[in-house]
Amino acid sequence: MASDLLSFAERVARGSIRVVDLTQTLSQEFPTIVLPPEFGQCAPFRIEEVSRYDERGPAWYWNNITIGEHTGTHFDAPIHWISGKDLPNNAVDTIDPRNFIAPASVVDCSQECAADPDFVVTVAFVEAWEKKHGRIGAGEWVLLRTDWSKKSYPDYAGMGDDGAHTPGPAPETVKWLVEQRDVHGFGTETIGTDYGQAQHFTPPYPAHFYMHGKGRYGLQCLTNLDKLPPKGAVIVAAPLKIKQGSGSPLRVLALIESRA
Amino acid sequence: MAYDGVVACAPVTIPYRRYSTNSAHWWIGRALHDLTRTAKIRPQDIDGLVLSSFTLGADTAVGVTQHLGLTPRWLDHVPLGGASGVVGLRRAARAVQSGDAQFVACVAGDTNHVDSFRKTLTTFSRFAQDAVYPYGSGGANASFALITRNYMNKYGARREDFGKLCVAQRDNALAIPFAMMKKKLTLDEYMAARPISDPLHLFDCVMPCAGAEAFLVCRADVAKSLGLPAVRVLSTVERHNAFPDDPIQYRGGWALDVDELWQMAGVKPDDVDLVETYDDYPVIVIMQFEDLGFCGKGEGPDFIRGHSFTTDGSFPHNTSGGQLSTGQAGAAGGYLGFTEAIRQLTGVPIGKPVKDARLAVVSGFGMINYDRGLSSGAAVLGRAS
Amino acid sequence: MTAPLIRPKRKDPLKKTRQPLYPQAIRSRTAQGLTAAAAQGRFELQTCADCKTVFYPPRDACPKCLSARVPFVPVDNRGVILAETAIHTSTDPYFRERTPWRAGLAKLDCGPVVLSHLHGDVREGERVRLDLKLDKGGAPVMIALPEKDTPNMADDPQLREMTCDPKFRRVLITNGRTAVGQAMAKAFSEAGASIVFVGVADPWKPFPGHDALRAVERVEIVPLDVTDTESVTEQAEQNGGRVDILVNTAEHVRPGGILQRHGLTVAREEMDVRYFGLMRLAQAFGPAMRSRGADGVNSAAAFVNLLSVHALMNWPAYGAYSAAEAASLSAAQCMRAELRPGGVKVLNVFFGPLETEWFQTVPPPKVTPAALARAVVQALQRGLEDAFVGDIAEDVRARLAVNPKALEREMAG
Repeated sequence: MASDLLSFAERVARGSIRVVDLTQTLSQEFPTIVLPPEFGQCAPFRIEEVSRYDERGPAWYWNNITIGEHTGTHFDAPIHWISGKDLPNNAVDTIDPRNFIAPASVVDCSQECAADPDFVVTVAFVEAWEKKHGRIGAGEWVLLRTDWSKKSYPDYAGMGDDGAHTPGPAPETVKWLVEQRDVHGFGTETIGTDYGQAQHFTPPYPAHFYMHGKGRYGLQCLTNLDKLPPKGAVIVAAPLKIKQGSGSPLRVLALIESRA
Repeated sequence: MAYDGVVACAPVTIPYRRYSTNSAHWWIGRALHDLTRTAKIRPQDIDGLVLSSFTLGADTAVGVTQHLGLTPRWLDHVPLGGASGVVGLRRAARAVQSGDAQFVACVAGDTNHVDSFRKTLTTFSRFAQDAVYPYGSGGANASFALITRNYMNKYGARREDFGKLCVAQRDNALAIPFAMMKKKLTLDEYMAARPISDPLHLFDCVMPCAGAEAFLVCRADVAKSLGLPAVRVLSTVERHNAFPDDPIQYRGGWALDVDELWQMAGVKPDDVDLVETYDDYPVIVIMQFEDLGFCGKGEGPDFIRGHSFTTDGSFPHNTSGGQLSTGQAGAAGGYLGFTEAIRQLTGVPIGKPVKDARLAVVSGFGMINYDRGLSSGAAVLGRAS
Repeated sequence: MTAPLIRPKRKDPLKKTRQPLYPQAIRSRTAQGLTAAAAQGRFELQTCADCKTVFYPPRDACPKCLSARVPFVPVDNRGVILAETAIHTSTDPYFRERTPWRAGLAKLDCGPVVLSHLHGDVREGERVRLDLKLDKGGAPVMIALPEKDTPNMADDPQLREMTCDPKFRRVLITNGRTAVGQAMAKAFSEAGASIVFVGVADPWKPFPGHDALRAVERVEIVPLDVTDTESVTEQAEQNGGRVDILVNTAEHVRPGGILQRHGLTVAREEMDVRYFGLMRLAQAFGPAMRSRGADGVNSAAAFVNLLSVHALMNWPAYGAYSAAEAASLSAAQCMRAELRPGGVKVLNVFFGPLETEWFQTVPPPKVTPAALARAVVQALQRGLEDAFVGDIAEDVRARLAVNPKALEREMAG
């Protein structure tokens, strides 16, 4: 009913529903994913001033920006991975926009990650979380709180001479979330949805392989997950409508019930 | 072939000024105006013109004919700096002798704007642009410093020798009202002057200024009918780019042509009553003494030590002060000796007279294109009997 | 004997910075033959192909036989000073503030007499070596150097006006992540640079050699990413006023030609790092350098581009890379014209394949980063505008001079 929607808007305006920004600022310094240099690379965010009230445009200021689809806080569509390449409506322009709004379960492993940057989230760990906070519902985002977004860039990227060292889910955990919990998608604070050393998993990059293979979505480079309740947040995450886009930088918002 | 029946007359000098806001055209116009007044002819009577100037801008002599309303049937532009006077006279004399023109006005004039000297230097020649000006931009001072240094090393000349010439010329200039230098110069002052480009010091260098000089060349009978005192042209020589294989200049083209100069004139160096050399730098004066036969090569220093060079002394030389004391009015510097010699030989000097002057040598030198002056020339003039 | 240069004191902030001036740079077209020789450090004079007369200044015909076949060719540079002068009064503002300025006439053993600048250790009557240099205005000039090297010779003030010696200058090396950047930092430190700023992009990414780089004396690592306009601008805002020599070591080498490149992603990166990177550096650092060309002992002196020799002729095996290098070369030519009024040289150092991972499959001869760095320092010490490093670079230069079309065909392999 229209009145529900209007009262929702009214509550947002009043602050009884709070809006938490889960987005990193797009900046040149923010790390992007690193592939071996012989591969094509994701473009880092770049900004070029067009004019700033000067001879290039006397009364206006604007910039041209350069980004990759997977730069900064971004959304992964199923078409991003080879396992999801033939699914219907698998690109950012064809996904039903209903999917851009969904509730979230926020699984907190920040303590474990603080002790071990190579922390792997197992099924048992998630089941233990469910015991405390309730079962993860079908159609929910699972957001992994690691507090990784609070780290300095070198620690955040965690690059060693054997690749990245950042936490993430085990292959069976992702498979279990998709098949046993029918989740909407998987979101992380780290550069990717996958574990830092996920190229050594079977299959490699399981968060991409299983999620996208089943038409589910990914969010990464999130921040402020520590401000969300374990259950009850609603995520608004609408990627840019890029023709046959594999993903896009976007503003990710969480709506939560005010504790007040 | 001699210049029988050809004379130079009506010497004109437009008093020099250190700087002028007028153009070269103005200075040349004044000179021609005075020339017609002195010669008692009309501007339309000038049917020959030989012109020298560095500061005409885009114009050459032909542009000046329209500018000044002249319609000559004979015209020459002589861009030869210090050799302009000799070469101008030489051309004019042949034109008159052959009948190509009756009245050839020989004129040289330059203005001196505040920045025109530097501009003249920066664009003087292709070799200057490629290979001289970028080396300290000392202008002719630096080039002649090297020639002077070499001459001193080679022949034992001392600064005092050059100084003696400069001091004598200053004495001569004190009688010239428009001379740039109006104060007596002592040898001590000469020696103590500030360095310009070693070994040249301030009083070795001419002062650029604005001015114009002119004279008229015509047949002797024409001059006589006008009642103009005149001098006979006894002989002339000119030479360009002489001795190109000398690594550094220690002689000029005169050395090639000196015999012809005296033979054509039928006189000897000893017969000469006054000598007007081109004195942009004292070392060049010495070379002219040597190369014109007044002394042998390398004997210049001794020759200087043996004469006084003042108008009333032994070997009267640059009797109107020369450029070193009167000023260098651009190309008019090449005419200074001629107007002075004509005045001395006809008994109407501006300054002191040379006693019983009958025979004069006027010498010219100019155009330091790269490392040396390229043009040289000389003329012997005689008092009309 | 040349007095050794003294490390400049810190600048008095109340004093006006002396504005750059330069000697008159007008030259005849023929005299540009001297420019070509000086730019690469060769001593060449016109020599008549018919009568073998060596002559100077440059002419369009032989002054002995009037032949028009008068090419510039390398000649013996030894001679003797016939006469010297110290110019105390000059009409040119550049020399006016540098008097007394010494010049002299040198008689070369091979014939001509050459008016030249004089090194402080040269005296009238002495044997000398003549060298062709580019002066502050980038125009070719002769300088007479002592017959044998003398102590602190490079510190002579007249000679230093014509070189870009790193001694006591502050250097920015734009990319320290690579072997070349690290070798460069070491070489400039050893050459006496007073500070060696070394740019590092993406500091969150570790790189090999980091610790060794940090340990090099007088090296200061600074954030700099030539692909990021803001990063370049910020670095210029911090250090632009004290960068005297900028060495752009940013590289992006990827094999492959044009057709098989499959899209523009890599090509854009190449252009971004090389061509746009150069433009960013030029825009951010160039104006300040240009205004500091006469700022004392540590005046701004040079902008150095490391360019593949294949900027001059495409190498299809690295075809897209060659094209990006060619674009950078073109930009460098423009920058030369723009920086020249400030007395700042643009040095292009052309190298053949390097002994680095990106030329791993290329057979020798290759250039080690250390050799490239040494060559850059030497080229600056000599005041060159173009230097060729390594056998391949020399080979390409020689073949280009003979038959560019043959080289184009042969490059295809």
